Amino acid sequence: MRGIRKTFGATIAVDGVDLSVAPGEVCAIVGQNGAGKSTLMGILAGAIQPDAGEMTLGGESYRPQNPLEARRAGVAMIYQELSLAPHLSVAENILLGMEPTRGPLGFGLLKRDEMRRRTSEVLARLGHPEIGIDAAAGSLSPAAQQLVEIGRALAVGCQVLVLDEPTSSLARADTQRLFQLIDELKRQGHAIVYISHFIEEVKEVADRIVVLRDGRVAGEGSAAALSPTEIVRLMVGQSMDTLYPRSARTRGEPILELADFGPAQATLTLHRGEIIGIAGLLGAGRTRFLRGLFGLAPVKAGRVKLATWSGVAEPHERWQQGMGFLSEDRKEEGLALALSIANNMTLSRLDDLGPGPLVFPRRQQHAASRWMERLRIKAGSPRQAVSELSGGNQQKVAMARLLHHDVDVFVLDEPTRGIDVASKAQIYELIDELVAADAERPRAVIIVSSYLPELLGLCDRIAVMRRGRLGTLRPASEWTEHSLMLQATISGEA
Amino acid sequence: MLRRRELLESAGPYLGLALVALIFGFLVGPQFFRSANLELIARQTAIVCTAALGMTMVIVAGGIDLSVGSVVALTTVVIALGLRADWGPGLSMLAGIGAGTFCGLVSGALITRLRVVPFIVTLGMMILVRGSAKGLSGERRLEAPATWLNDLLRTLEPGHGFLIPLGLWIVIVLAILVAITLEYTRFGRHLFSIGSNERTARLCGVAVERTKIAIYTIAATLSGIAGVLQFSRLSVGDPTVADGLELSVIAAVIIGGGSLSGGRGTVPGTLLGAATMAMIQIGCAQRGLPNWVQQIVTGTIIVLAVALDRWRQKT
Repeated sequence: MRGIRKTFGATIAVDGVDLSVAPGEVCAIVGQNGAGKSTLMGILAGAIQPDAGEMTLGGESYRPQNPLEARRAGVAMIYQELSLAPHLSVAENILLGMEPTRGPLGFGLLKRDEMRRRTSEVLARLGHPEIGIDAAAGSLSPAAQQLVEIGRALAVGCQVLVLDEPTSSLARADTQRLFQLIDELKRQGHAIVYISHFIEEVKEVADRIVVLRDGRVAGEGSAAALSPTEIVRLMVGQSMDTLYPRSARTRGEPILELADFGPAQATLTLHRGEIIGIAGLLGAGRTRFLRGLFGLAPVKAGRVKLATWSGVAEPHERWQQGMGFLSEDRKEEGLALALSIANNMTLSRLDDLGPGPLVFPRRQQHAASRWMERLRIKAGSPRQAVSELSGGNQQKVAMARLLHHDVDVFVLDEPTRGIDVASKAQIYELIDELVAADAERPRAVIIVSSYLPELLGLCDRIAVMRRGRLGTLRPASEWTEHSLMLQATISGEA
Repeated sequence: MLRRRELLESAGPYLGLALVALIFGFLVGPQFFRSANLELIARQTAIVCTAALGMTMVIVAGGIDLSVGSVVALTTVVIALGLRADWGPGLSMLAGIGAGTFCGLVSGALITRLRVVPFIVTLGMMILVRGSAKGLSGERRLEAPATWLNDLLRTLEPGHGFLIPLGLWIVIVLAILVAITLEYTRFGRHLFSIGSNERTARLCGVAVERTKIAIYTIAATLSGIAGVLQFSRLSVGDPTVADGLELSVIAAVIIGGGSLSGGRGTVPGTLLGAATMAMIQIGCAQRGLPNWVQQIVTGTIIVLAVALDRWRQKT
């Protein structure tokens, strides 16, 4: 791959990346969330078309228009989410789309015997002949499903395998077996591109490591030569934004207290006038933790106390108790896109918009216009459907819901994901105002974010979530991007 | 600008009805618009309208209820049984409506507890309730003594009552109640939010399960009232009546701008949709057109309404 470049709107996702992988080599690609790894691999696997640059495969020009073409050319991607047909058997999955048949035009009958023979061949090559050929794919363990998926790529004769976070759903023993398999495939002459957040894993399995940052290659070298700290330094870079406002804050009374809460075993105390940040990698369990807190996911273990209420509660109770939640998934969960701005903003609290059970649309719209003005939401009218707004304005609508409800504890999951810089700055400003000492009633905020400068800039205290566990809470001044990244990617205390 | 687009969006059902009225006015002649004829259309459509009010709520909340026709049949049977047992018309009517309400409660509970899609649950209920109606009636039509229940939809002799039959007044009052519920109450806002995005509704603290049970229960109560009107027309309890009524009812909501993916639908639209279908039916009959023409026209209107909706959403 040479000079690959891809932009989405105003954001440059990949900016002139060169990358080469030799047969019999394992090349790892590491980088922070949003560094451009997924886009780059999407281009390699034909799912995304690059704006510029060229690719060659085995000396010939390679320009896949879609994943199918890429597969035919010999490049297969194994995605994080497994994509097997759960009701079909292992054999049917491995040979899906290339079933041997007899009869004309491919409409003929399946050659069951040949399917079984070819499947056992593939499974033997993987070193896992014990997987039942006729078992339904859905009944297998995640590790075995992954093997079937790799088997499918081998059955088509793929020479280049791209593994996207292959260990994120595997137990430790399965991870070791996967690494043995990768070694074996390497010996058979396959080229393997391995994407991961976990630096120790990468050092164990890869021959060469390429670090991406902000869509460019920040550095590369042989796995043996690069130290973990060196890799983290390359991932993080030296940039430090300074657009985070910080008003005078005074830590007030405790408002949320957790003890061994949920699978994260979180213990923390959140005070009025305080922002707590939670860092960690995608899939580390941060969102699960927040959802448990808000009653959207079941939590069995630990204690939680919000203001004067103890114990877990349903979302509607949480709202009443003064906790509001901002979903990371604006389009699927955070907002009802087809409904108007006014309806979205006021949905959680409709009671004071009319007498008794009545709600007057005019009052709803009036309430919404106030927030639109205050948050500078660009829209024609509060009756406009949210789907017609830009991402930044949509996020402000979702945020305004918490303000309209007038909650005390703001639980924010990725509050600035995928929005423009100007809106980001406004949201930072707003969050800071919430906890400022001179606010009429200082609120408390918990933020989960994958963007480390944002956490360091906004928060008073930060903890890192790693593989489902929440680490120790420390003052933001004691953290650096480097130390946060180290703790998120490497086991043990940094 | 926004106002103009909103106007355009809600104008569809009105235009459709006007077009159909114009065509039949032309085909049948001016007597098509005489008040007696309009009342006939209104009486014809009263049953569909009543059931469609409930269906509007269900569809706005992203659901569907296929058991409407069966609930209507069950209601007529229960009323006939009540009258034969000398419960008196008032109590018999309440028992009939109550039977409908109970069916809705069961549907709602099954949908939320089993987490099965409403299509399947109410399909099962459709067959189950029809069977119950047949069982209760011993698989025959139940004659019942004549009472005031039979007069609900009867044309008034001059000088009696208020302009139109009592049954039509009931439909009008119910329509206003449901319209207010949808547009001006918390419950109504919750219906739209569940239909538009159930996850958002849950996130915002809407008690999704409870609300859904309430919707199906209310909708089935309205089907029960439709059953009372049906009984009034037939004056017998008939377990086979209103077969396929649910499809006309769903069609009325869709022609009126409702969306099967939820979040959209209005009472005026639904009433216009029902009126459009009734007008086609009566117009064809008066023009002497056979039943198959009527079916082709109605089907075309439904497909056109959905196509128009798609097109509107794209632009």
